[in-house]
Amino acid sequence: MIFVKPNTEKEAVYLLNNSNGISRILGGGTDVLVQMRSGIIEPELIVDIKNIPGIREINEINGGYEIGAAVSGSEFNNYPGLKEFAPGIAEAFDLIGSSQIQGRCTLAGNICNASPAADTAPALSVSKCIVKIVGPNGFREDLVSNIPISPGKNSLKKGEFIKSIIIPKRPPYSSDSYIRFTPRSEMDIAVVSAACFITLDQNKLIKELNISLGAVAPIVVNVTGINELVINNNLNDDLLSQISIICSSSCDPIDDKRGTIEFRSHVAGVLAKRAIILAHSRAGDKIEKIAR
Amino acid sequence: MKKLHVNVSINNDDLEFLCNPEDTLLDVLRNDLNLTGTKEGCSTGDCGACSVILDKKLVCSCLVLAAEVDGSSIDTIEGMAEENKLHVLQEKFLEHAALQCGICTPGILIAAKALLEKNQNPTEKEVRYWLAGNLCRCTGYDKIIRAVLDAAREMRKDHGPNYS
Repeated sequence: MIFVKPNTEKEAVYLLNNSNGISRILGGGTDVLVQMRSGIIEPELIVDIKNIPGIREINEINGGYEIGAAVSGSEFNNYPGLKEFAPGIAEAFDLIGSSQIQGRCTLAGNICNASPAADTAPALSVSKCIVKIVGPNGFREDLVSNIPISPGKNSLKKGEFIKSIIIPKRPPYSSDSYIRFTPRSEMDIAVVSAACFITLDQNKLIKELNISLGAVAPIVVNVTGINELVINNNLNDDLLSQISIICSSSCDPIDDKRGTIEFRSHVAGVLAKRAIILAHSRAGDKIEKIAR
Repeated sequence: MKKLHVNVSINNDDLEFLCNPEDTLLDVLRNDLNLTGTKEGCSTGDCGACSVILDKKLVCSCLVLAAEVDGSSIDTIEGMAEENKLHVLQEKFLEHAALQCGICTPGILIAAKALLEKNQNPTEKEVRYWLAGNLCRCTGYDKIIRAVLDAAREMRKDHGPNYS
Protein backbone atom coordinates (compact mmCIF):
# COMPACT_ATOMS: atom_id res chain seq x y z
CA MET A 1 0.00 0.00 0.00
CA ILE A 2 1.14 3.51 -0.82
CA PHE A 3 0.20 6.47 1.34
CA VAL A 4 0.28 9.93 -0.18
CA LYS A 5 -0.75 13.33 1.11
CA PRO A 6 -0.86 15.66 -1.89
CA ASN A 7 -0.91 19.45 -1.52
CA THR A 8 -3.15 20.19 -4.51
CA GLU A 9 -6.37 18.89 -6.06
CA LYS A 10 -4.56 18.37 -9.33
CA GLU A 11 -1.94 16.13 -7.76
CA ALA A 12 -4.63 14.10 -5.96
CA VAL A 13 -6.57 13.57 -9.20
CA TYR A 14 -3.37 12.57 -11.03
CA LEU A 15 -2.50 9.98 -8.38
CA LEU A 16 -6.04 8.54 -8.25
CA ASN A 17 -6.31 8.44 -12.03
CA ASN A 18 -2.99 6.66 -12.49
CA SER A 19 -3.45 4.01 -9.86
CA ASN A 20 -4.22 0.55 -11.24
CA GLY A 21 -5.51 -1.14 -8.10
CA ILE A 22 -8.05 -0.15 -5.49
CA SER A 23 -7.60 3.39 -4.25
CA ARG A 24 -9.32 5.17 -1.40
CA ILE A 25 -9.62 8.77 -0.27
CA LEU A 26 -8.67 9.35 3.35
CA GLY A 27 -10.68 12.14 4.96
CA GLY A 28 -11.78 11.08 8.42
CA GLY A 29 -10.97 7.42 7.84
CA THR A 30 -13.77 6.14 10.07
CA ASP A 31 -15.03 3.79 7.36
CA VAL A 32 -11.86 3.18 5.33
CA LEU A 33 -9.73 2.09 8.29
CA VAL A 34 -12.41 -0.29 9.56
CA GLN A 35 -12.77 -1.79 6.07
CA MET A 36 -9.02 -2.20 5.73
CA ARG A 37 -8.75 -3.80 9.14
CA SER A 38 -11.52 -6.30 8.45
CA GLY A 39 -10.09 -7.15 5.04
CA ILE A 40 -13.13 -5.91 3.09
CA ILE A 41 -10.77 -3.80 0.99
CA GLU A 42 -7.04 -3.94 0.40
CA PRO A 43 -6.25 -0.60 -1.18
CA GLU A 44 -3.12 -0.14 -3.20
CA LEU A 45 -3.27 3.62 -2.79
CA ILE A 46 -4.48 5.83 0.04
CA VAL A 47 -4.79 9.53 -0.78
CA ASP A 48 -5.01 11.69 2.32
CA ILE A 49 -6.74 14.86 1.09
CA LYS A 50 -6.36 16.91 4.26
CA ASN A 51 -3.45 19.03 2.97
CA ILE A 52 -5.47 20.30 0.00
CA PRO A 53 -6.26 24.01 0.46
CA GLY A 54 -9.83 24.68 1.60
CA ILE A 55 -10.71 21.04 2.22
CA ARG A 56 -11.02 21.53 5.98
CA GLU A 57 -12.89 24.84 5.75
CA ILE A 58 -16.48 25.96 6.08
CA ASN A 59 -17.40 29.03 4.03
CA GLU A 60 -20.57 31.05 3.60
CA ILE A 61 -21.30 31.43 -0.08
CA ASN A 62 -24.29 32.95 -1.91
CA GLY A 63 -26.47 32.78 1.18
CA GLY A 64 -25.64 29.11 1.78
CA TYR A 65 -22.64 27.19 3.05
CA GLU A 66 -19.80 25.29 1.44
CA ILE A 67 -18.51 22.47 3.63
CA GLY A 68 -15.03 21.15 2.78
CA ALA A 69 -14.81 17.40 2.26
CA ALA A 70 -12.61 16.85 5.32
CA VAL A 71 -14.66 18.93 7.79
CA SER A 72 -15.53 16.71 10.76
CA GLY A 73 -18.83 16.39 12.62
CA SER A 74 -17.59 18.30 15.65
CA GLU A 75 -16.19 21.11 13.45
CA PHE A 76 -19.54 21.36 11.65
CA ASN A 77 -21.61 21.45 14.81
CA ASN A 78 -19.35 23.99 16.52
CA TYR A 79 -19.39 26.38 13.55
CA PRO A 80 -21.37 29.48 14.55
CA GLY A 81 -24.74 29.77 12.83
CA LEU A 82 -24.64 26.49 10.92
CA LYS A 83 -26.91 24.58 13.33
CA GLU A 84 -29.46 27.40 13.13
CA PHE A 85 -29.23 27.53 9.34
CA ALA A 86 -29.68 23.79 8.75
CA PRO A 87 -30.79 22.14 12.01
CA GLY A 88 -31.79 18.91 10.26
CA ILE A 89 -28.38 18.42 8.64
CA ALA A 90 -26.69 19.27 11.94
CA GLU A 91 -28.90 16.74 13.75
CA ALA A 92 -28.10 14.00 11.27
CA PHE A 93 -24.35 14.69 11.29
CA ASP A 94 -24.29 14.82 15.09
CA LEU A 95 -25.99 11.42 15.39
CA ILE A 96 -23.09 9.62 13.68
CA GLY A 97 -20.97 7.62 16.13
CA SER A 98 -19.36 8.65 19.38
CA SER A 99 -17.54 11.82 20.43
CA GLN A 100 -14.37 10.16 19.10
CA ILE A 101 -15.96 9.48 15.69
CA GLN A 102 -17.34 13.04 15.62
CA GLY A 103 -13.74 14.28 15.70
CA ARG A 104 -13.11 12.59 12.34
CA CYS A 105 -16.25 11.64 10.40
CA THR A 106 -17.12 13.69 7.32
CA LEU A 107 -20.17 14.40 5.16
CA ALA A 108 -18.30 13.43 2.00
CA GLY A 109 -17.30 10.10 3.56
CA ASN A 110 -20.81 9.36 4.74
CA ILE A 111 -22.13 9.96 1.22
CA CYS A 112 -19.38 8.07 -0.63
CA ASN A 113 -19.48 5.08 1.72
CA ALA A 114 -23.05 4.72 0.45
CA SER A 115 -24.54 2.87 3.40
CA PRO A 116 -28.33 2.66 3.03
CA ALA A 117 -28.52 3.81 6.66
CA ALA A 118 -26.16 6.80 6.29
CA ASP A 119 -27.64 9.52 8.51
CA THR A 120 -26.58 12.53 6.49
CA ALA A 121 -27.71 11.13 3.12
CA PRO A 122 -31.45 11.82 3.60
CA ALA A 123 -30.74 15.07 5.47
CA LEU A 124 -28.57 16.42 2.64
CA SER A 125 -30.83 15.05 -0.12
CA VAL A 126 -33.97 16.66 1.25
CA SER A 127 -32.34 20.11 1.11
CA LYS A 128 -31.11 19.44 -2.45
CA CYS A 129 -27.47 19.75 -1.40
CA ILE A 130 -24.82 19.61 -4.09
CA VAL A 131 -21.39 18.01 -4.18
CA LYS A 132 -18.45 19.66 -5.92
CA ILE A 133 -16.36 17.01 -7.62
CA VAL A 134 -12.88 17.31 -9.12
CA GLY A 135 -11.54 14.77 -11.56
CA PRO A 136 -9.44 14.15 -14.67
CA ASN A 137 -11.94 16.07 -16.81
CA GLY A 138 -11.98 19.05 -14.50
CA PHE A 139 -14.70 20.16 -12.20
CA ARG A 140 -18.36 19.13 -12.01
CA GLU A 141 -21.33 19.35 -9.67
CA ASP A 142 -24.02 16.82 -8.85
CA LEU A 143 -26.84 16.39 -6.36
CA VAL A 144 -25.93 14.49 -3.20
CA SER A 145 -28.82 12.13 -4.04
CA ASN A 146 -26.99 11.01 -7.18
CA ILE A 147 -23.80 9.92 -5.40
CA PRO A 148 -24.82 6.66 -3.67
CA ILE A 149 -26.02 4.22 -6.33
CA SER A 150 -26.29 0.97 -4.35
CA PRO A 151 -25.12 -0.25 -0.93
CA GLY A 152 -21.38 0.47 -0.73
CA LYS A 153 -21.17 1.88 -4.28
CA ASN A 154 -21.05 5.49 -5.45
CA SER A 155 -21.24 7.19 -8.83
CA LEU A 156 -17.81 8.84 -8.74
CA LYS A 157 -15.66 7.93 -11.72
CA LYS A 158 -12.01 6.94 -11.75
CA GLY A 159 -9.80 9.77 -10.60
CA GLU A 160 -12.65 11.78 -9.11
CA PHE A 161 -13.18 12.89 -5.54
CA ILE A 162 -15.52 15.21 -3.66
CA LYS A 163 -13.93 18.50 -2.61
CA SER A 164 -16.92 20.06 -0.87
CA ILE A 165 -20.64 19.95 -0.22
CA ILE A 166 -22.91 22.93 -0.83
CA ILE A 167 -25.91 23.56 1.38
CA PRO A 168 -27.84 25.96 -0.84
CA LYS A 169 -29.46 29.23 0.18
CA ARG A 170 -32.99 28.82 1.57
CA PRO A 171 -36.13 30.91 1.15
CA PRO A 172 -36.91 33.01 4.27
CA TYR A 173 -39.37 30.79 6.13
CA SER A 174 -37.67 27.43 5.61
CA SER A 175 -36.28 24.79 7.90
CA ASP A 176 -35.43 21.12 8.05
CA SER A 177 -35.33 18.17 10.42
CA TYR A 178 -33.96 14.63 10.69
CA ILE A 179 -35.29 11.83 12.89
CA ARG A 180 -34.23 8.21 13.07
CA PHE A 181 -35.36 5.07 14.84
CA THR A 182 -32.70 3.10 16.71
CA PRO A 183 -33.11 0.53 19.49
CA ARG A 184 -30.46 2.35 21.56
CA SER A 185 -30.18 6.10 22.02
CA GLU A 186 -26.44 6.30 21.26
CA MET A 187 -23.89 4.36 19.22
CA ASP A 188 -26.42 2.80 16.89
CA ILE A 189 -27.32 2.76 13.21
CA ALA A 190 -30.68 3.88 11.83
CA VAL A 191 -33.26 1.13 11.30
CA VAL A 192 -35.41 3.77 9.59
CA SER A 193 -34.86 7.50 9.21
CA ALA A 194 -36.74 10.47 7.80
CA ALA A 195 -35.67 13.96 6.81
CA CYS A 196 -37.94 16.88 5.98
CA PHE A 197 -37.34 20.25 4.31
CA ILE A 198 -40.18 22.74 4.39
CA THR A 199 -40.78 26.28 3.14
CA LEU A 200 -43.77 28.32 4.33
CA ASP A 201 -45.09 31.72 3.34
CA GLN A 202 -45.81 34.32 5.99
CA ASN A 203 -49.34 32.97 6.45
CA LYS A 204 -47.90 29.52 7.17
CA LEU A 205 -49.11 28.12 3.86
CA ILE A 206 -46.77 25.40 2.56
CA LYS A 207 -44.69 26.43 -0.45
CA GLU A 208 -42.41 23.40 -0.59
CA LEU A 209 -42.29 20.12 1.32
CA ASN A 210 -39.65 17.46 0.64
CA ILE A 211 -39.27 14.14 2.41
CA SER A 212 -36.33 11.77 2.12
CA LEU A 213 -36.25 8.39 3.83
CA GLY A 214 -33.17 6.43 4.89
CA ALA A 215 -32.55 2.71 5.56
CA VAL A 216 -35.77 1.66 3.82
CA ALA A 217 -34.28 0.95 0.36
CA PRO A 218 -30.82 0.35 -1.18
CA ILE A 219 -30.39 4.12 -1.46
CA VAL A 220 -32.20 7.17 -0.06
CA VAL A 221 -35.86 7.44 -1.11
CA ASN A 222 -36.77 10.96 -2.19
CA VAL A 223 -40.53 10.67 -1.81
CA THR A 224 -42.46 12.01 -4.79
CA GLY A 225 -46.06 13.18 -5.08
CA ILE A 226 -46.15 15.22 -1.87
CA ASN A 227 -45.76 18.77 -3.16
CA GLU A 228 -48.82 18.42 -5.43
CA LEU A 229 -50.82 17.56 -2.34
CA VAL A 230 -49.64 20.26 0.03
CA ILE A 231 -48.79 23.41 -1.91
CA ASN A 232 -50.69 26.47 -0.66
CA ASN A 233 -52.27 24.43 2.13
CA ASN A 234 -52.00 24.71 5.88
CA LEU A 235 -50.51 21.70 7.58
CA ASN A 236 -53.27 19.61 9.13
CA ASP A 237 -53.82 16.08 10.45
CA ASP A 238 -55.51 14.93 7.28
CA LEU A 239 -52.54 15.99 5.14
CA LEU A 240 -50.11 14.42 7.58
CA SER A 241 -51.97 11.09 7.41
CA GLN A 242 -51.99 11.15 3.63
CA ILE A 243 -48.25 11.95 3.48
CA SER A 244 -47.57 9.23 6.02
CA ILE A 245 -49.29 6.64 3.79
CA ILE A 246 -47.39 7.84 0.70
CA CYS A 247 -44.09 7.55 2.62
CA SER A 248 -44.84 4.04 3.89
CA SER A 249 -45.72 2.87 0.41
CA SER A 250 -42.55 4.43 -1.08
CA CYS A 251 -40.35 2.08 0.97
CA ASP A 252 -38.55 -0.93 -0.42
CA PRO A 253 -36.73 -2.20 2.68
CA ILE A 254 -35.01 -5.45 3.56
CA ASP A 255 -36.17 -7.88 6.22
CA ASP A 256 -33.49 -8.45 8.85
CA LYS A 257 -32.99 -8.88 12.57
CA ARG A 258 -33.09 -5.12 13.07
CA GLY A 259 -36.51 -4.67 11.50
CA THR A 260 -39.02 -6.39 9.25
CA ILE A 261 -40.27 -4.97 5.95
CA GLU A 262 -43.61 -4.25 7.53
CA PHE A 263 -42.11 -2.55 10.59
CA ARG A 264 -39.70 -0.41 8.57
CA SER A 265 -42.41 0.72 6.15
CA HIS A 266 -44.80 1.59 8.95
CA VAL A 267 -42.17 3.44 11.00
CA ALA A 268 -41.06 5.40 7.92
CA GLY A 269 -44.57 6.89 7.73
CA VAL A 270 -44.59 7.72 11.43
CA LEU A 271 -41.13 9.30 11.37
CA ALA A 272 -41.99 11.29 8.24
CA LYS A 273 -44.97 12.77 10.06
CA ARG A 274 -42.84 13.69 13.08
CA ALA A 275 -40.10 15.15 10.88
CA ILE A 276 -42.68 17.34 9.12
CA ILE A 277 -44.14 18.58 12.41
CA LEU A 278 -40.65 19.44 13.68
CA ALA A 279 -39.50 21.22 10.50
CA HIS A 280 -42.87 23.01 10.26
CA SER A 281 -42.59 24.34 13.80
CA ARG A 282 -39.01 25.50 13.15
CA ALA A 283 -40.05 27.33 9.98
CA GLY A 284 -43.07 28.74 11.84
CA ASP A 285 -40.80 30.09 14.59
CA LYS A 286 -38.96 32.09 11.94
CA ILE A 287 -42.19 33.79 10.84
CA GLU A 288 -42.93 34.74 14.44
CA LYS A 289 -39.37 35.92 15.03
CA ILE A 290 -39.44 38.19 12.01
CA ALA A 291 -42.97 39.46 12.85
CA ARG A 292 -41.75 40.44 16.32
CA MET B 1 9.05 -1.57 1.90
CA LYS B 2 9.86 2.09 2.16
CA LYS B 3 9.03 3.51 5.57
CA LEU B 4 7.43 6.89 6.03
CA HIS B 5 9.06 9.54 8.17
CA VAL B 6 6.73 11.38 10.55
CA ASN B 7 7.37 14.38 12.82
CA VAL B 8 4.98 14.84 15.69
CA SER B 9 4.59 16.43 19.09
CA ILE B 10 3.37 13.99 21.74
CA ASN B 11 2.59 15.36 25.20
CA ASN B 12 4.61 18.44 24.20
CA ASP B 13 7.69 16.42 23.27
CA ASP B 14 8.81 16.80 19.66
CA LEU B 15 9.72 13.43 18.23
CA GLU B 16 9.95 11.54 14.99
CA PHE B 17 9.30 8.00 13.93
CA LEU B 18 9.31 5.73 10.90
CA CYS B 19 6.18 3.77 10.06
CA ASN B 20 4.63 1.55 7.41
CA PRO B 21 1.80 3.14 5.41
CA GLU B 22 -0.80 0.80 6.92
CA ASP B 23 0.29 1.29 10.56
CA THR B 24 -2.28 3.00 12.73
CA LEU B 25 -1.41 5.71 15.22
CA LEU B 26 -2.29 3.17 17.93
CA ASP B 27 0.23 0.65 16.54
CA VAL B 28 3.00 3.24 16.58
CA LEU B 29 2.17 4.62 20.03
CA ARG B 30 2.20 1.18 21.61
CA ASN B 31 4.76 -0.77 19.58
CA ASP B 32 7.31 1.82 18.52
CA LEU B 33 7.07 4.65 21.05
CA ASN B 34 6.38 2.43 24.07
CA LEU B 35 3.44 4.60 25.08
CA THR B 36 1.40 1.59 26.17
CA GLY B 37 -0.98 3.57 28.37
CA THR B 38 -3.21 3.91 25.30
CA LYS B 39 -5.01 0.56 25.09
CA GLU B 40 -6.15 -1.54 22.17
CA GLY B 41 -9.71 -2.78 22.49
CA CYS B 42 -11.81 -3.42 19.40
CA SER B 43 -9.61 -1.69 16.78
CA THR B 44 -12.75 -0.66 14.91
CA GLY B 45 -13.59 2.60 16.68
CA ASP B 46 -16.38 1.20 18.82
CA CYS B 47 -14.88 0.92 22.31
CA GLY B 48 -12.86 4.10 22.86
CA ALA B 49 -10.01 2.37 24.74
CA CYS B 50 -7.48 3.89 22.34
CA SER B 51 -8.76 7.47 22.68
CA VAL B 52 -6.17 10.23 22.28
CA ILE B 53 -6.44 13.94 21.57
CA LEU B 54 -5.18 14.75 18.07
CA ASP B 55 -4.83 18.46 17.29
CA LYS B 56 -7.29 19.27 20.08
CA LYS B 57 -9.85 16.75 18.87
CA LEU B 58 -10.80 13.53 20.61
CA VAL B 59 -10.24 10.57 18.27
CA CYS B 60 -9.79 6.81 18.33
CA SER B 61 -6.11 6.24 17.55
CA CYS B 62 -7.03 2.89 15.94
CA LEU B 63 -8.87 4.83 13.22
CA VAL B 64 -5.98 7.17 12.42
CA LEU B 65 -3.09 6.20 10.17
CA ALA B 66 0.28 6.97 11.72
CA ALA B 67 1.39 8.55 8.44
CA GLU B 68 -1.47 11.06 8.68
CA VAL B 69 -0.27 12.74 11.87
CA ASP B 70 2.88 14.35 10.44
CA GLY B 71 3.04 17.86 11.89
CA SER B 72 0.31 17.21 14.45
CA SER B 73 0.23 17.44 18.20
CA ILE B 74 -1.10 14.54 20.26
CA ASP B 75 -2.04 14.18 23.92
CA THR B 76 -2.02 10.70 25.42
CA ILE B 77 -2.69 9.40 28.92
CA GLU B 78 1.05 9.55 29.67
CA GLY B 79 0.88 13.34 29.52
CA MET B 80 -2.07 13.72 31.84
CA ALA B 81 -0.34 13.82 35.21
CA GLU B 82 2.17 16.62 35.77
CA GLU B 83 5.39 15.25 37.20
CA ASN B 84 4.18 13.39 40.30
CA LYS B 85 0.88 15.18 40.58
CA LEU B 86 -2.14 13.37 39.23
CA HIS B 87 -4.73 15.21 37.15
CA VAL B 88 -7.93 15.98 39.07
CA LEU B 89 -9.78 13.43 36.92
CA GLN B 90 -7.26 10.73 37.84
CA GLU B 91 -7.59 11.58 41.55
CA LYS B 92 -11.36 11.49 41.35
CA PHE B 93 -11.33 8.14 39.54
CA LEU B 94 -9.33 6.69 42.44
CA GLU B 95 -11.49 8.36 45.06
CA HIS B 96 -14.75 7.12 43.51
CA ALA B 97 -13.33 3.69 42.60
CA ALA B 98 -14.34 4.44 39.02
CA LEU B 99 -12.25 1.60 37.64
CA GLN B 100 -11.87 -2.11 38.14
CA CYS B 101 -9.79 -3.92 35.53
CA GLY B 102 -8.54 -0.59 34.16
CA ILE B 103 -8.36 -1.36 30.44
CA CYS B 104 -10.93 1.28 29.53
CA THR B 105 -9.64 3.84 32.05
CA PRO B 106 -6.98 5.68 30.00
CA GLY B 107 -9.43 6.17 27.15
CA ILE B 108 -12.16 7.37 29.47
CA LEU B 109 -9.82 9.78 31.24
CA ILE B 110 -8.70 11.25 27.92
CA ALA B 111 -12.30 11.52 26.69
CA ALA B 112 -13.42 13.12 29.96
CA LYS B 113 -10.53 15.58 29.79
CA ALA B 114 -11.60 16.56 26.27
CA LEU B 115 -15.15 17.10 27.53
CA LEU B 116 -14.13 19.27 30.48
CA GLU B 117 -11.92 21.39 28.24
CA LYS B 118 -14.94 22.39 26.15
CA ASN B 119 -17.63 22.24 28.82
CA GLN B 120 -16.59 23.05 32.39
CA ASN B 121 -20.03 22.39 33.82
CA PRO B 122 -21.57 19.38 32.06
CA THR B 123 -24.82 17.81 33.19
CA GLU B 124 -24.96 14.11 34.01
CA LYS B 125 -26.73 13.55 30.70
CA GLU B 126 -24.02 15.39 28.78
CA VAL B 127 -21.32 13.29 30.45
CA ARG B 128 -23.17 10.06 29.66
CA TYR B 129 -23.65 11.02 26.02
CA TRP B 130 -20.08 12.26 25.63
CA LEU B 131 -18.69 8.99 27.05
CA ALA B 132 -21.09 6.75 25.07
CA GLY B 133 -18.17 5.74 22.85
CA ASN B 134 -16.11 4.46 25.77
CA LEU B 135 -17.13 0.97 26.75
CA CYS B 136 -16.52 -0.37 30.26
CA ARG B 137 -17.51 -3.94 31.10
CA CYS B 138 -16.73 -3.74 34.85
CA THR B 139 -18.11 -0.68 36.56
CA GLY B 140 -21.60 -0.26 35.16
CA TYR B 141 -20.56 3.37 34.40
CA ASP B 142 -22.19 4.97 37.44
CA LYS B 143 -18.98 5.54 39.37
CA ILE B 144 -17.27 6.84 36.25
CA ILE B 145 -19.99 9.43 35.69
CA ARG B 146 -19.86 10.48 39.36
CA ALA B 147 -16.07 10.81 39.24
CA VAL B 148 -16.23 13.00 36.12
CA LEU B 149 -18.91 15.25 37.59
CA ASP B 150 -16.94 15.55 40.84
CA ALA B 151 -13.75 16.37 38.93
CA ALA B 152 -15.63 19.05 37.00
CA ARG B 153 -16.80 20.59 40.28
CA GLU B 154 -13.28 20.48 41.70
CA MET B 155 -11.78 22.05 38.57
CA ARG B 156 -14.32 24.87 38.59
CA LYS B 157 -13.45 25.55 42.22
CA ASP B 158 -9.71 25.52 41.47
CA HIS B 159 -10.11 27.97 38.65
CA GLY B 160 -12.35 30.37 40.52
CA PRO B 161 -15.85 31.59 39.69
CA ASN B 162 -14.94 32.96 36.27
CA TYR B 163 -13.98 29.53 35.01
CA SER B 164 -17.52 28.21 34.77
